[in-house]
Amino acid sequence: MSQIKPDARSTVSATDIAVSVRNVSKVYGDVQALKDLSLDFPRGELTSLLGPSGCGKTTLLKIIAGLLPATSGQIEVNGKTVTGPGPDRSFVFQDFALLPWASVIRNVAFGLELRGVAKSEREAIAEKYIREVGLAGFEKKYPHQLSGGMRQRVGLARALSVDAQVLLLDEPFSAVDEQTRRKFQEDLLQLVQNEKKTFIFVTHSIEEAVYVSDQIAILLPRPSRVSEIIRPSSFRDKGVDNIRRDPEYLDIVDRIWASLRSYVE
Amino acid sequence: MKNRSLYLKLLSAAIVFGAWEIAGRIPVSYAFPTFIDSMLALFRMIFDGSMFVAYGETLRPLVVGVAISAITGIGLGLWIGLSSRFDWLFSPIFIVMQAAPLAALIPILVMVYGIGLTSKVFVVCIMAMPVIVLNTASAVRNTPGSLKEMARSFQARDSDVLLKIILPAASPVIFSGLRLGVSAGFIGAILSELKITPTGVGDIITYSRSIADYPSMYAAIFSIILLAVIFLNLLEKLENVLFEGNNRGYVSD
Repeated sequence: MSQIKPDARSTVSATDIAVSVRNVSKVYGDVQALKDLSLDFPRGELTSLLGPSGCGKTTLLKIIAGLLPATSGQIEVNGKTVTGPGPDRSFVFQDFALLPWASVIRNVAFGLELRGVAKSEREAIAEKYIREVGLAGFEKKYPHQLSGGMRQRVGLARALSVDAQVLLLDEPFSAVDEQTRRKFQEDLLQLVQNEKKTFIFVTHSIEEAVYVSDQIAILLPRPSRVSEIIRPSSFRDKGVDNIRRDPEYLDIVDRIWASLRSYVE
Repeated sequence: MKNRSLYLKLLSAAIVFGAWEIAGRIPVSYAFPTFIDSMLALFRMIFDGSMFVAYGETLRPLVVGVAISAITGIGLGLWIGLSSRFDWLFSPIFIVMQAAPLAALIPILVMVYGIGLTSKVFVVCIMAMPVIVLNTASAVRNTPGSLKEMARSFQARDSDVLLKIILPAASPVIFSGLRLGVSAGFIGAILSELKITPTGVGDIITYSRSIADYPSMYAAIFSIILLAVIFLNLLEKLENVLFEGNNRGYVSD
């Protein structure tokens, strides 16, 4: 955390922290994946975890999700220590993780089904989120009848439908094509504004991270640590069409590349 | 398209039966009857009721054995697939059972369990169970990890993971194991009637051969094949009803 920009902490007061990672380490056998990593995720914002492959960003996300235990350190979500998966967090998977034998509506409602919500109620909620991610009319289709982008929309709707306060997205757009991905990024910005949830977003695309994030945490590998936190300030309100031309956007992209370049083999 | 596949099935049946008829007329062997003679014998045995009496005998060990194999086989397979210690303990038994020359073991079974129903059920189980157990176990072991992780991330209970993720994901391979197990069970049932005591369809085959009534012998063999095919088709229908999504492909691409 050597080069934190001056405004990184000053704009965020302690009560606005939704997820806080405190001195987390993770050891796999004799490989140290994460070392003494601390990071705060402000409420209602989208924070990206960005870094070269093998830097432990997905490991960190799964530890926050409670899917992996940390070797030491702790995670707090809304002040409560994480001991396993919980209703306050939901996960969007890189490979979508849809049930191939279930229709779109059952897939979207699956999180609620596991929580024992009655069928009519959970399908009503699922329909709402299917509309929200733009899949209205596809409720009765099966995953293999959808394109990659549509499958991930199903994954996103499933994560939204359980109404968790924190959404964890593990490289959600890496398996979809470039054009679909751009549309997704625009929709994601809209979603962050509408849903008032905390998003934690893992990506390996610098442009994607700068485009969608309120805060970008740069992770460096072996062992993983946070090297820098960047908070883009000026281009967020200029509209989705202007972000990619904004000088600050381009500067940040360049700056991140400069600091990551030496770690990419 | 659906009609086309039906026509193709009928055509292939016509070719096989036609070849059978021609081979019977040449004749390739004195002991090889024509298709028409065999069918006449089949209808005669159906109408005089002897076929039904025979199947009453044959189906008992078959149904009991297949039911035992299916239920305990799937149960054991699930357990083996879920626990590596159990896998280590039990898998070798079923692999050996699958490879064992059953006909050579029958005298031992008869010595232990006599010549009654028990021995025949055992033969059916030894034939049917290994493939059901091993298929179920490997299907369970190959459940996509990301689906289990997804369920865990939504706080699924272990029972939910088993019933809503592992079983449906494994069901295509479990059912293919069941189909193989059932056809092996048919072989076991006939084998036990030929090797232990001649009853039912095995009796028709043995007796007809001994009095050189080859059309009846082939009619009995034909009927058991027909029954196996019908049963396997029913099993496939059951699978489609129970796990609708299985013939809808997978989304791992």
